[in-house]
Amino acid sequence: METSSPVVRVRDLHKSYGGLEALRGISFDIRAGETFALLGPNGAGKSTAIEILEGYRDRTSGDVSVLGADPQRAGRAWKARLGIVLQSTGESGNVTVAEQLSHFAGLYPNPRRVSEVIDAVGLASKAKTRISKLSGGQRRRVDVALGIIGRPELLFLDEPTTGFDPEARHQFWDLVRRLKAEGTTILLTTHYLDEAAQLGDRAGVINDGRLIDIGTIDEIGGSQARVPLVRWRDADGAPREVRTQEPGRVVAGLIAAGGEPAGLEVIRPSLEDVYLGLVRGERRGHNNETGADNGDETTGTAGGDSEEEVLA
Amino acid sequence: MSAVGTNTANGAPAAGAPSLGGLGGILRLGASRVLYETRVYFRTPDTVFFTFLFPFVMLGIFTAAFGAAGNIGENADGTGGISVGAYYLPAMLAAGILLSGVQNLAIDIAGEKGDGTLKRLGGTPLSPLSYFMGKLGGVLVTALIQAALLILVARFLLGIDLPTEAGRWFTFAWVFLLGVITCAFLGIALSALPRSGKSAAAVVIPIVLILQFISGVYLQFYVLPEWMQNLAGVFPLKWVAQGMRGVFLPEGFASLEQTGEWDFPMVALNLAVWLVIGLVLSRVTFRWIRKDA
Repeated sequence: METSSPVVRVRDLHKSYGGLEALRGISFDIRAGETFALLGPNGAGKSTAIEILEGYRDRTSGDVSVLGADPQRAGRAWKARLGIVLQSTGESGNVTVAEQLSHFAGLYPNPRRVSEVIDAVGLASKAKTRISKLSGGQRRRVDVALGIIGRPELLFLDEPTTGFDPEARHQFWDLVRRLKAEGTTILLTTHYLDEAAQLGDRAGVINDGRLIDIGTIDEIGGSQARVPLVRWRDADGAPREVRTQEPGRVVAGLIAAGGEPAGLEVIRPSLEDVYLGLVRGERRGHNNETGADNGDETTGTAGGDSEEEVLA
Repeated sequence: MSAVGTNTANGAPAAGAPSLGGLGGILRLGASRVLYETRVYFRTPDTVFFTFLFPFVMLGIFTAAFGAAGNIGENADGTGGISVGAYYLPAMLAAGILLSGVQNLAIDIAGEKGDGTLKRLGGTPLSPLSYFMGKLGGVLVTALIQAALLILVARFLLGIDLPTEAGRWFTFAWVFLLGVITCAFLGIALSALPRSGKSAAAVVIPIVLILQFISGVYLQFYVLPEWMQNLAGVFPLKWVAQGMRGVFLPEGFASLEQTGEWDFPMVALNLAVWLVIGLVLSRVTFRWIRKDA
């Protein structure tokens, strides 16, 4: 599988709507069995890109190959190998969960078992409930179930966990990990950066129609963006911060110099911090070092999970 | 959450993957879509009332409102003629065909476009042919149940005499079948007109309503001015209604038609022309999604 050609191959992809350029030349590969997270702000071009790969939209220029075929020309046999979880759904849903899944299972040549899929998305108790009677989060689970019922080789998940409660999100992550363990290639878009970090092998960041970075979850944003940050207040109460590969040594130095520093924090940037740094760096027009120069701004909205308190 | 089952495809190339079954598969899926569509139809309160039950309601209203005014087509001496219910039965059968085909499908498919149903289906290996079979089959099944119930209600609740000659029932069969298929294709074609699912009813219902008024469904066709009769003759509903009158009304009523006879060949010809128009328009306008909306 390592040596096989990529499942998704995108080269210099452009898409214009009238005068508006939604995609300005993006290129990336997704390898077999990989989970690739496509990140970016609203309106950056993520959905346009994913819908071109799904065959819903035609590209303006560039080359696209998905499962060895051009999505613009691929037929039903090609669609049978895809699973698509669209971003939004509003169907009236006058059928039950089990009826809908049985019907969709019938569209595919080698579907999964309906009861297994209903269990897998945690809707066993709702199997005989009409979809219109389900909550938003439960309907989203139906969307996910319909996306995987056909045993896809390549699964598109466009903001799949919108409306999930935290427990449902963790159950969904487990499900995605099992699909991945079975060899499913996955393209994920999400606004939850912890989700991308949990599930993704690699990520690409799209901003304003361009791919501004791509790499493994550990590499993206560059090593500079991941250098830990030591933050404290000095004797006058003024905030101080230092970016360093050796936070322990810095802290030891502070203690040696003046005892316990006030408000001490050692921050390891999360994917969210790195992502925000990337996108904001873009917005400032590439003048500054990507997000690393302004600790207050880049870490201001960091989640608590990224911060490690250092015990002095 | 339990395991999802092993993925035999496992990212391997499609070699050896089960096929979609060619034409047989398309037909099999079409049959499964008919069941699915029919089930959804009867579970949607709007369609059950405004499409399925509406002709029953109208037949009841006409009978109640005008029944006391005496029979239609009576001679001066009070003989002959038929009850109001008997006169309106063929009109309501024609209305049922129009509503089941045009109104139902135009609103239904416009809604499916608007709410993402079509987009979802477009991402599956479902053939558009199977999808259309489902729509057409669903309309045939629901319209047939509707017509059968209308005829039963007319016979057993309103005491209307039904034709006994086999030839008339044969005429009924082909007028019904041709009418339903034509109206179904026109409904599919008309579904392209509303700009959103929400506006579909507002766009479709006036069209359907006006057609019913000018085509001899709500108003007795022979009392309409000639220009209106001629205008109605351009559209298919007039011909369905005329064909149904030819089946259910006594032979003497043919003299009230524009040409003084039932004109079955013209009924067949006009419906066939509209069938082809509907088929072509459906084929040309239908998309799983508006690609660059």
